[in-house]
Amino acid sequence: MAVTTPVPVSPIFGRLTLEALPIHEPILVVTFAVVALGAAALLGALTYFRLWGYLWREWFTSVDHKKIGIMYMVLGIVMLLRGFADAVMMRLQQAIAFGGSEGYLPAHHYDQIFTAHGVIMIFFVAMPVVTGLMNYLVPLQIGARDVSFPFLNNFSFWMTTGGAVIVMASLFVGEFAQTGWLAFPPLSGLDASPYVGVDYYIWGLQVAGVGTTLSGINLLVTIIKMRAPGMSLMKMPVFTWTALCTNVLIVASFPVLTAVLVLLSLDRYVGMNFFTNDFGGNAMMYVNLIWIWGHPEVYILILPMFGVFSEVVSTFSGKRLFGYTSMVYATVCITILSYLVWLHHFFTMGSGASVNSFFGITTMIISIPTGAKIFNWLFTMYRGRIHFELPMMWTVAFMLTFVIGGMTGVLLAVPPADFVLHNSLFLVAHFHNVIIGGVLFGMFAAINYWWPKAFGFKLNHSWGLVSFWCWVVGFWVAFAPVYILGLMGVTRRMRVFDDPDLQIWFIIAGFGAALIATGIATFLIQIGVSIWKRKEYAETTGDPWNGRTLEWATSSPPPAYNFAFTPLVHATDAWADMKARNYQRPLKGFAAIHMPSSTGAGVILAGLSTVIALALIWYIWWLAIVGFVGLIGYAIFHTFDYHRDYHIPADVVTRTEDARTAQISARLAPGAAE
Amino acid sequence: MSAASTPAAAAGEVRFHPETEPHHPEGSSTMLGFWIYLMSDCLIFAILFASFGVLGGNYAAGPGPKDLFELELVAVNTAMLLLSSITYGFAMLEMVKGRKTTTLVWLGVTGLFGLAFLCIEIYEFQHLIHIGAGPQRSAFLSAFFTLVGTHGLHVTFGLVWLVTLMVQVHRFGLIEANQRRLMCLSLFWHFLDVIWIGVFTFVYLLGMLQ
Repeated sequence: MAVTTPVPVSPIFGRLTLEALPIHEPILVVTFAVVALGAAALLGALTYFRLWGYLWREWFTSVDHKKIGIMYMVLGIVMLLRGFADAVMMRLQQAIAFGGSEGYLPAHHYDQIFTAHGVIMIFFVAMPVVTGLMNYLVPLQIGARDVSFPFLNNFSFWMTTGGAVIVMASLFVGEFAQTGWLAFPPLSGLDASPYVGVDYYIWGLQVAGVGTTLSGINLLVTIIKMRAPGMSLMKMPVFTWTALCTNVLIVASFPVLTAVLVLLSLDRYVGMNFFTNDFGGNAMMYVNLIWIWGHPEVYILILPMFGVFSEVVSTFSGKRLFGYTSMVYATVCITILSYLVWLHHFFTMGSGASVNSFFGITTMIISIPTGAKIFNWLFTMYRGRIHFELPMMWTVAFMLTFVIGGMTGVLLAVPPADFVLHNSLFLVAHFHNVIIGGVLFGMFAAINYWWPKAFGFKLNHSWGLVSFWCWVVGFWVAFAPVYILGLMGVTRRMRVFDDPDLQIWFIIAGFGAALIATGIATFLIQIGVSIWKRKEYAETTGDPWNGRTLEWATSSPPPAYNFAFTPLVHATDAWADMKARNYQRPLKGFAAIHMPSSTGAGVILAGLSTVIALALIWYIWWLAIVGFVGLIGYAIFHTFDYHRDYHIPADVVTRTEDARTAQISARLAPGAAE
Repeated sequence: MSAASTPAAAAGEVRFHPETEPHHPEGSSTMLGFWIYLMSDCLIFAILFASFGVLGGNYAAGPGPKDLFELELVAVNTAMLLLSSITYGFAMLEMVKGRKTTTLVWLGVTGLFGLAFLCIEIYEFQHLIHIGAGPQRSAFLSAFFTLVGTHGLHVTFGLVWLVTLMVQVHRFGLIEANQRRLMCLSLFWHFLDVIWIGVFTFVYLLGMLQ
């Protein structure tokens, strides 16, 4: 339902009416039915198998960084399915909406889909995956027992989830924004978008943004304060370095997003004039501010993946990373430069030749440290003993794909070229090229690489191969036509087309999307099969790939306390160094270990925040006030709890470590199955 | 974790575990974390200052700073906030000496100064809205109300926190956790002072000069 006139606001339900339920849109009704059935089946199964208590105690309230990391990954993968469903719908619409056909999606729905696709893929797929990886790996890589603020970590995760819930709710109650993923005013202002769509957008991102900022602070402090003795900054694993820079970027850019969305909501809720067309507002200020967040954001996504590829390349080439120091400096350079390029997203604003030149040149300069990284990876492989396991294959595919994406990026950095290509499908192909080729490929490399560490069994190889080839080939089949269409001048976000010559390219792109869909399906099958055959794929060594960093020094999965004894670090690849010097794992002398306690406060606080956000979206003011008072009240109540830690008793640690000793000796015993 | 429990390395051999386990007691990273949080908050204010810089001259044929601001009132207001920072400093000095009651007294005085600041600000806002210079009137006023109001909201939050901490100090004493919390609020409170000096200079004083 496209609402253009103001809806009357009731004191009890705000502007929430039965009209808000999209019962007249068959696509949404069917989707809702499927989702509702799936949810009912899932909830029923959880109840039937009495898993609620287990989930609540062991996962939802856990402050263990490993469990929180895994929950982030699950969130990211679930949301990937939603975001990808949006992509398939767009590909289908564009493949058939030719020669007078309107396709199957009305404009109001189509515009929501491309907005939701972008928002979900960036904020609720890429961000949870990146945060999840950092959460899981950083404490293990630096030899720590948890992050600096474990409760805050749990709270951050649930805020991110709350944001995802808000965005998902818009599918079935009301509508989502029809503005594109950055919601530029004046289109996102109250005059052009009077209904709830933009408000869902704002509050979904605000709730998730709090989580992201706090998680950034948390991991930053963790890396600075919690490193194992001996691990100086230049002895940190490269992934931890990229995580450090990423969290600096998060802390220094997400507040900008928060502030600019606050200004937009003040325009929408209070009638202020920051970005309006009249009373002195300035819409271009929004575009500037949101890209001051937005450009660092793309490096927030890609830097950790550069770290992933660095770890994978050196492990599977069987040697230390080529040019560790230059890798670190390249990462730091990118971190700084990422703040000096934001204007290249809108050269067409008309800032003049000097300003555009400045930002064009800084953008091109960024490709230098990035290029240095590519060469470092190549030189690491050079004369290495390369094992083409799945993570390594994803890494090679990344290098081939990402370099092309990077080059089209440099092309777009030339302001005169950008005036032609701005907002064209060429741009769309470019950023999918770097985000899929970089972040998604990195995610798959990371999952295949660290899965055995997280769960104690390897992932199935053949399904992984099928998934890999479907993804890589599918990506190119889907986006090479989009590049071509962009060069022909087709603009983004179009719903119908006049020129029949273009159709074949959209059909090819649609076929590519189908291949990617197969890649996703086989990825899920890969996980399913691996869980099914987990005994067969069991990984008892703790170090299945002959890894080089500290996470491989402990068991798979690691115990709650990560390391019975904190490692003492002497070299950059600490674990490789320990192995080279015949490190013997201590077998006795374990002591009690101090750990943080689980708490439900994170779930409750994030739940209240989500309720407040939904109340604000629907103008249910009383509920927002009640929720806010509850939030503050509960937060204060929580601060009266001074006992948030406990000790794992020495005998529990001893038992856990003895079990590992038995596991290792069973494997090494003569006659044991290889 | 005693040194003896870690397997001792023979002479000349490299140790792979430190002799004593590194200890990260709860709260050992709190001050650094809070600093970083304050810097992120500072960035929010930076955006609001920048917005004011861009929009501060867009009066939309409405009133400008000279028509609206009363420097005497703002000066009194500034004095309230600066005094509250001094008294918070006194509270911290008492805390270091371990004197619970005087700490609480100075915290109470700080709260009163903060409350006075807020009341004056609310009076100013209410007055502006009353004469038709509300935040909807022009982009200048939107930016003004948002920047000053966000600072005011921070002070409000600081007051709620202050009262909570006073209750906690009263009930549990100047224990380590409470000292740490008082340190955090101290940083927060002085940070708001610094922001206010920026507001006073860039919004009020420069506004009157234009």
